[in-house]
Amino acid sequence: MQLLLQQVIAGLANGAIYALMALAVVMIFLAIDHLNFAQGEMATFSAFVAWQLIAWGTPYWVAFIAVVILSFIGGVAIERIMFKPLHNASILSQLVAFIALFSILNSGDGYLWDYTIKTFPTPFGTSPFFGSVLIGSHQAGMIAVTAVLLVFLYLFFRGTRLGLAMRAAAHNPESARLVGIRVGWMTALGWGIAAAIGAIAGMLIAPIVFLDPNMMFGVLLYGFAGAVLGGLTSPGGAVLGGFAVGVIENIAGTFIPYFGRDLKLTIALLVIVAVLMVRPTGLFGRTAVSRV
Amino acid sequence: MMLEVDGLNAFYGEQQALFGIAFALDDGRVRTLLGANGAGKTTVLRALSGMVRTEGDIRFEGKRISGWATEDIVRLGIAHVPDGRGTFLRVTVEENLQLGAITRNDRAGITADIERVYSHFPRLKERRGQQAGTLSGGEQQMLAVGRGLMLQPRLMLLDEPSFGLAPRLVEELFEILRRVNEEMGVAMLIVEQNAALALELAEHAYLLETGRIVMDGPAAVIGADESIRRAYLGY
Repeated sequence: MQLLLQQVIAGLANGAIYALMALAVVMIFLAIDHLNFAQGEMATFSAFVAWQLIAWGTPYWVAFIAVVILSFIGGVAIERIMFKPLHNASILSQLVAFIALFSILNSGDGYLWDYTIKTFPTPFGTSPFFGSVLIGSHQAGMIAVTAVLLVFLYLFFRGTRLGLAMRAAAHNPESARLVGIRVGWMTALGWGIAAAIGAIAGMLIAPIVFLDPNMMFGVLLYGFAGAVLGGLTSPGGAVLGGFAVGVIENIAGTFIPYFGRDLKLTIALLVIVAVLMVRPTGLFGRTAVSRV
Repeated sequence: MMLEVDGLNAFYGEQQALFGIAFALDDGRVRTLLGANGAGKTTVLRALSGMVRTEGDIRFEGKRISGWATEDIVRLGIAHVPDGRGTFLRVTVEENLQLGAITRNDRAGITADIERVYSHFPRLKERRGQQAGTLSGGEQQMLAVGRGLMLQPRLMLLDEPSFGLAPRLVEELFEILRRVNEEMGVAMLIVEQNAALALELAEHAYLLETGRIVMDGPAAVIGADESIRRAYLGY
């Protein structure tokens, strides 16, 4: 029983990161109807910048805040420079752009910081959380930071006029223009927020998986699985999906014989396939309806 | 002249939909565009809002706005209430009204205007916390008009405001439009299938056929001419 509880809580800690990646993916999906395959590489790049700042002697939380802000600006810049011109391009052109962004960031990491695995500091320590055998203090810190971020985002989207304008632009771009919302800038803002969320996820997961240019590959896959499970059109659903995938992954890895640690990544893919077969819109997603 | 349109062509892709449209609208006046389905009435409104590719001249209060982005045109005070309503279905009634005022910054004024819209449409007040998608067709149409009013517009472009409404609601809605025009001096350009109603509210009417204005005149004259009514207005 304790083992189960332990695995569930550890799953929630990883799930927090998947939830953030799922949310980042959904933010961009709602704005431009495409999956951002480079979301993980954006997060990795952010984590490298944080690592560099800390290596230069910047205090952890100063580096953390600085990287969140820089990532936001970087996300906005990527949209304005790279994806805005492709706004009306075919789906294949956009796909190529995502692959390009992926490679640029991935090899950029390797070029700037080489491919050796680096340790990444945690501000929470690695000791058991308050003497608990259930969870380490870094895991507890991951869950706490994620919770604070989710509350902040909820208040932003539900309680501010800018958040309302972003929701309106994502749901109904044509009507949004008719009330004077600059839809293009709302899309760029969505990219900025997604990049900032990803940066936080990257900095939180890096102490566990260690920092290298391919750090987020598996994590993003889990994030996709969470987003598909919860519904690509539902930010709240994506968050729940991310947490669920974290727990499923951990429990299956522990309790299903032979599956073990090696095939854990397979579970993410199984979740994606199963959901797409049974309920393509995800648990909380909506069917796209277009008026013609 | 508040709005002057001259030599306006409009295109959907390669397909030309409007041919040399010219008309004008004075401050605080109401005019109507009439014609059969597919005559190009909706396209005229979409052209004015920068939602289709156009050639020619559109001037609003002396500024040439042809080629402008929709959101910039809206910010001049032109509220377009599209057909198919165009409300935001997934946010609440009250949030829809707030979105109508998203370009404004006077918080107190916005709150007061929301109350004013509620006084025009009490039913919306009852449903203020509901998602717009749960409203009936008539309520959504009222919400769309209310949202347009939240811009504090100088000009309203109304596309088939009576569409899908029960006759009693149609009269109620047009009575409210008349009050808005008289009390707030909002100019209106109305596209309507229900020509009789539009001719009652408007002072001048334009008849469209296959993307061209084929006739225009004072609403009373157009409405009284039986041959025009039979040929173009279908009643």
